[in-house]
Amino acid sequence: MIRIEDVAVELGGREVLRDVSLSVPAGEFLGLVGPNGAGKTTLLRTVNGLVEPTRGGVEVAGEPVAGRSARDLARRVATVPQETTLGFDFSAHDVVAMGRTPHRSRFDGADAEDRSAVERALARTETADLADRRVGELSGGERQRVLLARALAQETPVLLLDEPTASLDINHQVATLSLVRELAAEGRTAVAAIHDLDLAARFCDRLALVADGSLVAVGSPGEVLTAERLERTYGVRTVVSEHPVTGTPTVTALGHGGGESAVPAREPLGPPAADDD
Amino acid sequence: MHRRARTAAWSSGLATALVLAMLAAATVGPVRIGLLEVGRATLNALAVPAGLEGGALRWVHPFAFDVERTHQVIVGELRLPRIALGAAVGFALATAGTVMQGFFRNPMADPSIIGVSTGAAVGAVASIVFPPAVPFSLQWAAFAGALLAGFGVYLIASEGGRTPVATLLLAGVAVQTFLGAVVSFLLLYAGDSLERAVYWLMGHLHTSSWPKVWTVLAVAVPAYVLVAVHARDLNALLLGETDAHTLGVEVERTKRLLLAASSLATAAAVAAAGVIGFVGLVVPHVMRLLVGPDHRILLPTSALAGAGFLVVTDTAARAGPAELPVGIVTAALGAPFFLYLLRDREVHEL
Repeated sequence: MIRIEDVAVELGGREVLRDVSLSVPAGEFLGLVGPNGAGKTTLLRTVNGLVEPTRGGVEVAGEPVAGRSARDLARRVATVPQETTLGFDFSAHDVVAMGRTPHRSRFDGADAEDRSAVERALARTETADLADRRVGELSGGERQRVLLARALAQETPVLLLDEPTASLDINHQVATLSLVRELAAEGRTAVAAIHDLDLAARFCDRLALVADGSLVAVGSPGEVLTAERLERTYGVRTVVSEHPVTGTPTVTALGHGGGESAVPAREPLGPPAADDD
Repeated sequence: MHRRARTAAWSSGLATALVLAMLAAATVGPVRIGLLEVGRATLNALAVPAGLEGGALRWVHPFAFDVERTHQVIVGELRLPRIALGAAVGFALATAGTVMQGFFRNPMADPSIIGVSTGAAVGAVASIVFPPAVPFSLQWAAFAGALLAGFGVYLIASEGGRTPVATLLLAGVAVQTFLGAVVSFLLLYAGDSLERAVYWLMGHLHTSSWPKVWTVLAVAVPAYVLVAVHARDLNALLLGETDAHTLGVEVERTKRLLLAASSLATAAAVAAAGVIGFVGLVVPHVMRLLVGPDHRILLPTSALAGAGFLVVTDTAARAGPAELPVGIVTAALGAPFFLYLLRDREVHEL
């Protein structure tokens, strides 16, 4: 569904991405992980057309992104931004309804299909009760869910998410990522930049580790998240163990590469905690 | 449908209020004319095209009420053109102001923010002070000055096909300052025409005529339609340019178009009536508080309210013993009101 081939991106004379090749098939939830400033957001932006690669090409649904109209792209790729600058106060419902923009002609109002798409999006993101509130009054986490609802209302085969869980409480972190998993299971392609390695390992089918503008590793969470690789990319010693409840890899950062600040791991696996789920 | 019903209700209400305000305004003046007489005279002045005659439209006056001749002239030739010009200028300025506030995501923005009004001032003052050097009429010189300034600011702020909004704002401020200096310099050499130039700069509607009304409307109405058709894109732009792009808006193209349409509307208004402040700033702001931020309802209501506001303020300006330039009245009413908003309401950051 998404094919990224030998992509390099220069922004302001600096190379932020180089030689990135990556394919994401339909029905997969891929997590982009890596340190701050690694190029995760830029990589997402080559897919939604916000950034044009200086070399290489990106295809969505078999067609190149370059040269497509914004409207055409917006019917195929929906993006949940990391932050949004909401100048004036629209209601949450208005913002979600804006997800229908690429599907309507300039002169039409909302039809029944638009309205039901908005209703579904509000219901699935549990934001229906926020619909009449002004977006400016919502908390950061509520706003993020509204933006996810807007992306769902866009009804695209591809969904990109930039740090969708960054300002969410643990309940909504799990709810949001479960929802993205469900959407992938329904046949959509989802790519999310996620900081929390444990959450990424738990919910994503595959992970792509990006560091310093390059793709370091792609594969199942277990393959990608190794202590040695994480130390190389994040510059911190870690212990990767299997989570006792979810059975997925869990990462514990210890400290800087072997310095005295390093905290020794007492029990790599730790005691199974009943209240952990 | 809820939104459409609200838009229709607000728009028809404001349109009715505008027509009533225009008729009431026509009763005010040194010669007192009753509302009924004004209504008859207005209908008498109404002309509708009735077919072609020798390649030109043939106009007929469908009404012929019995109105005193002097009253007919006062209403039809003196008061109505001025009132209509006020409405047209208010319509244009409020439309441009609404677009600029959405475009810059800042309620402090007004139609002249990218230097259009100051450009018009240079053109107008140059044509007043050095008539032989400026080969056009005052109105055209002002119009050309406005468009040159707006286009210049746009060119300065654009790089590689992109026009960052913050750069545009700063370039607008810089160009306004520079052109302001040019106006001051011209005024130094104004000599006998100083009074006329200063009067023009204050914003006024006293040199109204039907052709002026038609010129303003010929520019402002198409500009309004162009903007109104992009109301949804303007909504998306309020979420930020990257969000607008991911929602399918061709951001740079839409920005160019909105900028061009609102600059044209402002240029036409300023060329006809001088620099009338605060209409384009305060009216959209108030309407946003009343109807919300959605441009599909905000644009028509602001445009109609702007027309009504200027009709009322100009009537107040000429009702007193000595006629004031309307720009003084709008600023005198608008500034305190704006300060109230500033203190009382959250002003959104850039």
